[in-house]
Amino acid sequence: MWFSAFRGGVHPDSFKELSSELPIKTIPLANELQVSLRQHAGSEAVPIVKVGDRVLKGQLIAKAGDGLSAPVHAPTSGTVASIQPATAAHASGMKNTVVVITVDGQDEPAPSIAMMDPFTVDRQTLAATIAQAGIVGMGGAAFPAAVKLSSATKHHIETLIINGGECEPYLTADDRLMRERADTVISGARLIQYVVDAKRVAVAIEDNKPEAIAAMEAAASGFADVDIKPVPTRYPMGSAKQMIQVVTGKEVPAGGRSSDVGVLMHNAATAYAIARAIYKGEPLISRIVTVSGAAIKTPQNIEAPIGTPIAHLIQHCGGTSEPPARIILGGPMMGMIMPNTDVTLNKGAAGVLALTSKEFSQPSESACIRCARCVDACPMGLVPLEMANHARAQDFDGADDFGLKDCILCGSCAYVCPSHIPLVHYFQYAKGEQSLRKASNRRSDYTRDLAEAKRLRKEREAEAKAAAKAAKAAKRKKAATNKAKRSVAESES
Amino acid sequence: MFIAVAVLTIMGLTLGWGLGLAGRVFHVDSDPLVEEITAMMPGTQCGQCGFAGCTPAAEAIASGEAEVTCCPPGGKPLAQSIADKLGVTVNLDDISDVPLFAAIKRDLCTGCMRCSKVCPTDAIVGANKQIHSVISAACTGCKSCVNACPEDCIDMQPEPITLDNWAWPKPEVA
Repeated sequence: MWFSAFRGGVHPDSFKELSSELPIKTIPLANELQVSLRQHAGSEAVPIVKVGDRVLKGQLIAKAGDGLSAPVHAPTSGTVASIQPATAAHASGMKNTVVVITVDGQDEPAPSIAMMDPFTVDRQTLAATIAQAGIVGMGGAAFPAAVKLSSATKHHIETLIINGGECEPYLTADDRLMRERADTVISGARLIQYVVDAKRVAVAIEDNKPEAIAAMEAAASGFADVDIKPVPTRYPMGSAKQMIQVVTGKEVPAGGRSSDVGVLMHNAATAYAIARAIYKGEPLISRIVTVSGAAIKTPQNIEAPIGTPIAHLIQHCGGTSEPPARIILGGPMMGMIMPNTDVTLNKGAAGVLALTSKEFSQPSESACIRCARCVDACPMGLVPLEMANHARAQDFDGADDFGLKDCILCGSCAYVCPSHIPLVHYFQYAKGEQSLRKASNRRSDYTRDLAEAKRLRKEREAEAKAAAKAAKAAKRKKAATNKAKRSVAESES
Repeated sequence: MFIAVAVLTIMGLTLGWGLGLAGRVFHVDSDPLVEEITAMMPGTQCGQCGFAGCTPAAEAIASGEAEVTCCPPGGKPLAQSIADKLGVTVNLDDISDVPLFAAIKRDLCTGCMRCSKVCPTDAIVGANKQIHSVISAACTGCKSCVNACPEDCIDMQPEPITLDNWAWPKPEVA
């Protein structure tokens, strides 16, 4: 049952059946884990271990950086082999800092404190515990969960939505999680509900996952304020603004946040991680990831430590049947193309896809025929063709006027475009240019203040110098008069 | 016919009188446009534009004597925003795509302090006979230090691209 639908959206082939029917598998540890210090939105975490240190499973290895950031923990026990740059899980293909841990295979846990009855603990303490556990949004954006929680406590939150939409094709990690570990997901949801004091919880699941809906309904049956809400299957259902509109009937205003309409949304996997952090005292050091795509021999879901090389995951899914034409971290619609399989698993990656050239087409771009299919598909009600035209002409403010800031980069427009225009790439480009321009304006504000400060200092110095000179001159004059007086007195005597 | 002419004449006279009055009541000495442009400029008075400082440059831009692209530290974004303010079109192709910032070659620096004295934003730190260093976040790229350095040890370099400031390139047209 749903109240309203969002406009637009697309129905891509789901390919979920490739991996949805096999249970979550645990695999042997890789010999070496490369734990990235930048697995979250915001600044890089700061390492607190040295090369040669022995670390235990769950031990803090890097504390949160300045501003928006999250701490990072050792996924298993072992020795720190090096702290070095390695290819980041990022569209740029650039490097970020990783802590390389040589695994000792003992998986020895660090001492941890599990809370027996968290509902007697005050809300801020719980939020702080979640922050210390390094939990980030596990649906893809990897926004630090605790930051979201503490900003939500400042608003009145009516509804907590647990996002089990999982609308991206191929991905079944949340589906399997909700089928197999529904109780933990629900207890995580209730913890978040307690922290933000939400009246009710709605677990929204796309109706193409009937088993997950059944399992979650059974798990939630004892709690009157937790509802399971099947929502229609349509991409991008799992996007915050669309999901909120479907579940609550309210539309998040342009430029606004979920809390503006009294909603907080967390991913099902995030709720699961929060439950583990509170009840087991285990920080976010592993996740369930869908390894799929036609190039994978046995596509399935794997629960693996953070920092496991993608190549190791693929190897334990039977390897590849043919050389993959493209490796994607995340889903095929919004995920990132990886340069190689040396990249390691991070907190936000719900999927590792090895696609064959048959699975994606890359026909060359042709001219826009103004068919407006992209306008029909846009779930945000924007005009993608005009935004792309302005971006192409480098008129980024013009693109902003057509709602570039509201674009969620879901790719629905590019998916339907008969001219194969790389619309999302244009929007990424325009958004990037706008943020560079913003940064440059911030910089010039800063340097203007500095220049003004220097000017004032110079003036003060000049004044002080003039004053000192005047004082010196006065002193000399005084000394001269005294001398004259003395000589007069001497001559008189 | 007569009424229409009369009405328009009266309206014209009244409005003209009103405008004249407003012109006196709300009279400002300096050109507000110059003030607005000055506020947009880096404010470091570096003189690379050929004027004595940012305000004279802003005056020249406002009166059309100088190009909107005359400020090197401001780069493309400044040229674009001044052009928007003035409602003129601007050719951004001639401006360097990436702003350049000062970097000191450590093996050549003698620690003479001359660069840090001329830096309008105090972006160069160092003591006498100690190697100096540029705080790149505070540098405007005005090149005052390059001219002041007797050892020729200051380079102008683009800001290194990191994961924090990386941006998607423009899609190549197929």
